[in-house]
Amino acid sequence: MKKIIRPCGLHCIKVNHLGVRFGEQVVLRDVNLHIHCGSINAIIGKNGAGKSTLIRAILNDIPHEGDIEFKDRENGRIQKLKIGYVPQSINIEKDAPISVYDLIASYQFRFPVFLKKSKKIEKEIRKALEVFEAENLIDRQVCNLSGGQLQRVLLAMAIMNEPNLLLLDEPVSGVDQNGMELFYRTMEYLKNNFDLSIILISHDLDYVVQYADKVILLDKTILKEGSAKEVFASEEFHSVFGVEELPGYVSNQKQKKSPSPAFKGEGM
Amino acid sequence: MFEYGFMQNAVLAILIITPLFGMLGTVIVNRKMAFFSDALGHSALTGIAIGIVLGIGDANAAMIVFAVLFALFLNYISNKSNASTDTIISVFSSCSVAVGLAILSWGGSFSKYSSILVGDILSITRKEIFYLFLLFAATMLFYAVCFNWLNAVGIHRTLAASRHIPVGLMENLFSVFVALVVTLSIKWVGILIINALLILPAAASRNLSENMREYHFFSVLFSLFSGMTGLFTSYYTNVATGPMIVIFASILYFSTYLYHWKGQKSAKWEKNLYK
Repeated sequence: MKKIIRPCGLHCIKVNHLGVRFGEQVVLRDVNLHIHCGSINAIIGKNGAGKSTLIRAILNDIPHEGDIEFKDRENGRIQKLKIGYVPQSINIEKDAPISVYDLIASYQFRFPVFLKKSKKIEKEIRKALEVFEAENLIDRQVCNLSGGQLQRVLLAMAIMNEPNLLLLDEPVSGVDQNGMELFYRTMEYLKNNFDLSIILISHDLDYVVQYADKVILLDKTILKEGSAKEVFASEEFHSVFGVEELPGYVSNQKQKKSPSPAFKGEGM
Repeated sequence: MFEYGFMQNAVLAILIITPLFGMLGTVIVNRKMAFFSDALGHSALTGIAIGIVLGIGDANAAMIVFAVLFALFLNYISNKSNASTDTIISVFSSCSVAVGLAILSWGGSFSKYSSILVGDILSITRKEIFYLFLLFAATMLFYAVCFNWLNAVGIHRTLAASRHIPVGLMENLFSVFVALVVTLSIKWVGILIINALLILPAAASRNLSENMREYHFFSVLFSLFSGMTGLFTSYYTNVATGPMIVIFASILYFSTYLYHWKGQKSAKWEKNLYK
């Protein structure tokens, strides 16, 4: 999080022949992805299409086939990929005595959080929280944060590690319309001001149209990828979502109305 | 009363055991491992029994080896299996108690071992205090180096793994430390109440604390306080020390619970007032 740099467009992340099976059942097969730095990549698909599994496989959290490489095209060397993961929720129950400082310091620093608060660590955490206008939350208990606040805290934490890739697992559930707008604007801000790529699982196709550089339609494998327009116009998209579930962008293009309720109701 | 050697030893032992329990308890309570540590305490019974069957003179060695293996095994099973962890731990805990009781009661000689159920802090020797101190130092070292990672793993495993934190190692190491502390202090505290001493101070502290520093400070403070008052009260009233300590810890828990409950109620009331 030291400096804000413009994305260079010179390195990329490649996912090669990724496959996951749980016992006999094939959950993902032969997923090949090419992610450019400084891009927002939205994964869309129905329930059970393997979206969350793909994220977990990229995180190396579950056994999988294939590999993930990180290439720096400028000098061709392969570095260790740093992933910033933002989970949907965390195991912090009501009344847990864990403050935002404790949460971030536990993941980011080694100085034990049960001893005294370190001024230096606090300063760094505050700086990261400022990016997401969350610096006043530093001493709040994590269990008392709203969904949107927690997400901003987790994003700040992810950014502190200076990741090359930001992974967001179903980030928009439990956030209202305003929160969604704010979230996607934040994604765009990160894309433009940090040297990273973003992969997010998205449910709201209207925002996907507006913000994603690349859309990946997933159903056990990649059915279609490309710009939002290309994917939404494709046959594969229609066979997965059906005509009635077309996003507002396609069905209400002229009226510029609010998103179609048919899709919004579906929490994945 | 300090003119007696056994009282000096008991005070020393409590000064080591109670802060240690207070520190471990915070993580056990946060990670909802209360049942796990209870099962570990019970496994000590089997450990002793195995020691006797194998003819090992020092029951401590058999107990420690068994408890460590039992802890690692429980960890492994609860990570692997899809069934509820509660059920699995319960199954192994009851099984271990049954085996221990069966072996120890062989030939009607169980009364010989009944002291292990309630413990006797007054019988601790200097050498044993020294071992406890070594364990205390080792645990503190482990906490100093690994506490943040341990906390991170407890909050979200996948998130911790994505930060290259050794998730499995942390879980196993913590379980081993709990197993060691429980088995080494079980003779002085007693199988029946050892878990109360691990859980109560941390649970009471949780009622008051908003962050990790307060949480650990109050937990150690409550643990020390109930340990000392329990020891002195038992000296004057001629009641077993372990239960006395737990009674004080319970009183602390209920008072903090009331305080917390009242605070919540008034906070709610204030919230409604400004609506």
